[in-house]
Amino acid sequence: MAQVTLQVFRGDANGGEFVDYTVEVDEGQVVLDVVHTVQATQAADLAVRWNCKAGKCGSCSAEVNGKPLLMCMTRMSTLDVSQPISIAPIKTFPLIRDLVTDVSFNYEAASQIPAFAPCAPNADDGTYRMMQQDVERGQEFRKCIECFLCQNVCHVIRDHPENKPNFLGPRQFVHLAELEMHPLDTADRTEFIRKTGGIAYCNITKCCTEVCPESIHITDNAIIPLKERIADKYYDPFRWIFSKLTGRD
Amino acid sequence: MAEIQTHEYDVIVVGAGGAGLRAAIEASAMGARTALVCKSLLGKAHTVMAEGGIAAAMGNVYSEDNWQVHFRDTMRGGKMLGNWRMAQIHAQESPDRVHELEAWGALFDRTQDGRIQQRAFGGHRYDRLAHVGDRTGLEMIRTLQQHAVHKGIDVYMECTISRLLKDGDRISGAVGYWRESGEYVAFKAKAVVLATGGTGKAFRINSNSWEYTGDGHSLAYWAGAELIDMEFIQFHPTGMVWPPSVRGILVTEGVRGEGGILTNSDGKRFMFEYISDYFRAETAETEEEADRWYGDKLNNRRTPDLLPRDEVARAIVAEVKAGRGSPHGGVFLDIASRHPADYIKRALPSMYHQFKQLADIDITAAPMEVGPTMHYTMGGVRVEPDTGAATVPGIFAAGECAGGMHGANRLGGNSLSDLVVFGRRAGIGAAEYALGLGSQPVLAEADVNAVTSELEACFGNDGGENPYAIQSDLQDAMHMLVGIIRTGAEIEEALGKIAELKARAMKAGATGGKAYNPSWHLAMDLRSLLTVAEASARAAGERTESRGGHTRNDYQETDPEWGKWNLSLSQAADGSMKLEKTPLAEMPAELATLFEEAK
Repeated sequence: MAQVTLQVFRGDANGGEFVDYTVEVDEGQVVLDVVHTVQATQAADLAVRWNCKAGKCGSCSAEVNGKPLLMCMTRMSTLDVSQPISIAPIKTFPLIRDLVTDVSFNYEAASQIPAFAPCAPNADDGTYRMMQQDVERGQEFRKCIECFLCQNVCHVIRDHPENKPNFLGPRQFVHLAELEMHPLDTADRTEFIRKTGGIAYCNITKCCTEVCPESIHITDNAIIPLKERIADKYYDPFRWIFSKLTGRD
Repeated sequence: MAEIQTHEYDVIVVGAGGAGLRAAIEASAMGARTALVCKSLLGKAHTVMAEGGIAAAMGNVYSEDNWQVHFRDTMRGGKMLGNWRMAQIHAQESPDRVHELEAWGALFDRTQDGRIQQRAFGGHRYDRLAHVGDRTGLEMIRTLQQHAVHKGIDVYMECTISRLLKDGDRISGAVGYWRESGEYVAFKAKAVVLATGGTGKAFRINSNSWEYTGDGHSLAYWAGAELIDMEFIQFHPTGMVWPPSVRGILVTEGVRGEGGILTNSDGKRFMFEYISDYFRAETAETEEEADRWYGDKLNNRRTPDLLPRDEVARAIVAEVKAGRGSPHGGVFLDIASRHPADYIKRALPSMYHQFKQLADIDITAAPMEVGPTMHYTMGGVRVEPDTGAATVPGIFAAGECAGGMHGANRLGGNSLSDLVVFGRRAGIGAAEYALGLGSQPVLAEADVNAVTSELEACFGNDGGENPYAIQSDLQDAMHMLVGIIRTGAEIEEALGKIAELKARAMKAGATGGKAYNPSWHLAMDLRSLLTVAEASARAAGERTESRGGHTRNDYQETDPEWGKWNLSLSQAADGSMKLEKTPLAEMPAELATLFEEAK
């Protein structure tokens, strides 16, 4: 057992400060365990969002020593416990209290995305056939646990909150890529991705990919292919001339 | 009391896991004004933690599979105590629900010919679990969530329901609070669908998320409904055991489905020593036959590593007790010696990740250490099998908080299918009831105020008992005294402790303000936790036999006479818990013959 000092942000929309708590750390504990120790023994009203404590629900995102991560999957043994450890709420979203932020931006964004629109069943028995290699592309994106760490580190909205109305963020691009590459989907979301999605704001710095706890290749496999589709449709000069002349896409 | 925020609906669904989402989708599709109310953010419910798959007799891998075989496996897995009609509906309708998820966007793993792949699981005769690697629950909840969002269902997130209210004998609505602001909220509703999951947070070592505090069970019970089968608690045989902070986190049965074997400190596959007479005829006797079974299920019998969960959990406890356990008090689960590393990473990616990150174990190179963890509550609200209607008009229940479907023990994979089959049915049941009701029942202001006063009282206890300490003491008591192996004396002791804890919980104090205050939330959740803990202890004390997820050291035999009864709990007029024996529904002859043929 070792002692560690946590500097936990306490406060709400009106402001706050880091408060020191010194606690014992048991073998194998993760950051969330230690936060729970603080809650149970020293600060009963410490607000922290969590559910599964197994890296599957994506609720306990925070910035630990400045690094955005899931508290339930970060072992204390990976941190230098001889120094105080700072725990702050994710920065990009408005603070509710302590470590809990208002992530409703992400839910509003999701509700705008044109829904999955399947083709008719393609097998005689009225069900679908798909090949494993075809579903694997989408399966990578569907690993997303909606921890919103990618949204949190995306400088388009982290450093420029004024972009929020015009930019859906990496999480939604992952969702859009999944729909666009779904073997059964029939809808075309290219215009939506360009206009409402604001994908052009992304300048592929890959910060989102780096923090993804599910190791989804957000930039390479989701965002860049979507950007290519937009470039093909709107910015290919030959295609532009062709459509001007013929009036067809 | 200030005017509180009030909303009016035909149907409110409490809980947004698989069952709640499916119920809300169906109720809304039927034209009922529907709201979905959940304690967490949408998409975070415990369903995301389900790993191995969803059981449905589609016959994609073995065309010999059909609903009758699934029905038989389910009833036998539940030691014949399940409700036959629920098991029948479940087996018949789960294939349609899986195909429906696919039509709503779910991407299941595929067979060679492009159908939905199905994997082997404990207690299932054939490869039956549709899956997405080992993250099937996430796939299911995301699919349902996205579908629901686009149907325009009103969602109230991080909103806890504290009480259901009635107008006469029927439901009139519910009262709760917003977790974020601490403000109170009332819902006028003709029908309420409870889909709040289980009760695992009453136990020390469990695989459940914080939300599993028995809310739906308690809301129904306090409103006058009956609970059944509360003595049956599933301890999943394979939870992580090391390091201590992760003790209890689930290790999917899919590891064994994919070929993983259980061994003891002598390196022996000990499950061959624990084949009960009940399953002897359908279980492999030699390691050779067990290994052949993975590739050919028609001509070989199932490996005992995949006996139903209650059987495997008891075997692990016995091995550890006999001194043949692993260094940290579990047994070994070995997939590393059974498959190449890249296969394991592809089939069980979350397990690989989980052990690597939380325990520094590479499961492709070394065995895991595993032991039982409280996983599932078989007992729940007594419901009409076809509609999900509880014994109080206007209350419906589905998923884990409903009782009857799984009898004394649930088979792996039957939970995800339960959620969508009975979530849909409860949605239909609630919508039909609500739309048929005509006028909105009256939500009495005095009743609403009584609830908010009770919620408020906690703040008057500032400096009172620490709610975290009370929960911790409850978890220890339930784990030690109403755990995997029980005795009458221990259960008595547990009931004494629960009574003390109840008194302490009334004095539990909330520190700080009302906005996002977990000490207040927990102080409120303690009331439901203690209610379900008492229900489980009382029923466990009454049932003087061992069956499925209820093992009595002082009554080790399964008693055929007890096989005719459910234990039902309801609140007596004086507020005490009333326990009754109620006869099990009798199975029709044409279904009963399925069990004779199998002999």
